[in-house]
Amino acid sequence: MESPLTRDEIADLIRANTEKVFSTMLGLPIHAGPVSVQPTGSGEDGGVVSLVGFAGEWSGSGSIRCSGDLACVISAKLLLTNFDHVNDDVLDAIGEVANMIIGNFKDDAAYKLGPLGLSTPTVIYGNNFQARNWNGQSWTTVPFSCEGELFEVKICLVPSHTLRESLRPTGVSG
Amino acid sequence: MALDVLIVDDSTAIRKILMRVLAQTDLTIGEVLEAGDGVEALRILEGRKVGLILSDINMPNMDGLQLLTSVRARPEWNGIAVIMITTEGSQAKVMEAVQMGAQGYVRKPFTAEQIKEKISSCLGTPAN
Repeated sequence: MESPLTRDEIADLIRANTEKVFSTMLGLPIHAGPVSVQPTGSGEDGGVVSLVGFAGEWSGSGSIRCSGDLACVISAKLLLTNFDHVNDDVLDAIGEVANMIIGNFKDDAAYKLGPLGLSTPTVIYGNNFQARNWNGQSWTTVPFSCEGELFEVKICLVPSHTLRESLRPTGVSG
Repeated sequence: MALDVLIVDDSTAIRKILMRVLAQTDLTIGEVLEAGDGVEALRILEGRKVGLILSDINMPNMDGLQLLTSVRARPEWNGIAVIMITTEGSQAKVMEAVQMGAQGYVRKPFTAEQIKEKISSCLGTPAN
């Protein structure tokens, strides 16, 4: 099934909603780089990652990723408190930033994909790990430059019926 | 008379931001109470009277719309103004919240001014 949203349209929604959250809530300038398509599980992730799940006729995930240092800067802008290391407040703040970016993306995408549900965010802080989608689909990834560091936003969406088909036990008829 | 406020959001970051915004208003704010979901909010409301609830929608255990339904089902809580503050910005969700008795709706991301203006319009007080 062909997606009603092209990669470029997904990238445009990522850019618009990321820039809106950064300008409205953080007052931080951010500059988008070229969109890329990354296979799931490719490369090693590190830093602070927040994942939000989509559910409905389309399923998938959205994620944001940045370094621990940039996570502290973003959290400081959001909460007007300085942070010199990643702590629970920083993880919560990054989870909320993900919730706003991916949540607003979801509302915009729903005009073409139909109603979508959103999970509460999961936030991970660590190094040398990989994020893999259950469905094996690739991510549409938009990198941003903020305070000289990388801030990355990724989206993966597939029709839910393809997931149900992939979960059907093999070798069972009917 | 001081206005007691209940902030309901699973994000401590948003609760802190809203507390800061409340402190910037010209309203005489009494106590500001916090809850991480609808269940905790109802537990607080059983023991405390508040004049205003600022609530997220997408929360674990009990979401904001379920909380709103519970609040509007209790006649003694009918006077509480409820403003939904959420990323859920679809027209259907806004209509649903208003029909269920929310006085206001603010979509995240928000500015402090948007929150202040919405509180003022709901409470019938001047902004700032």
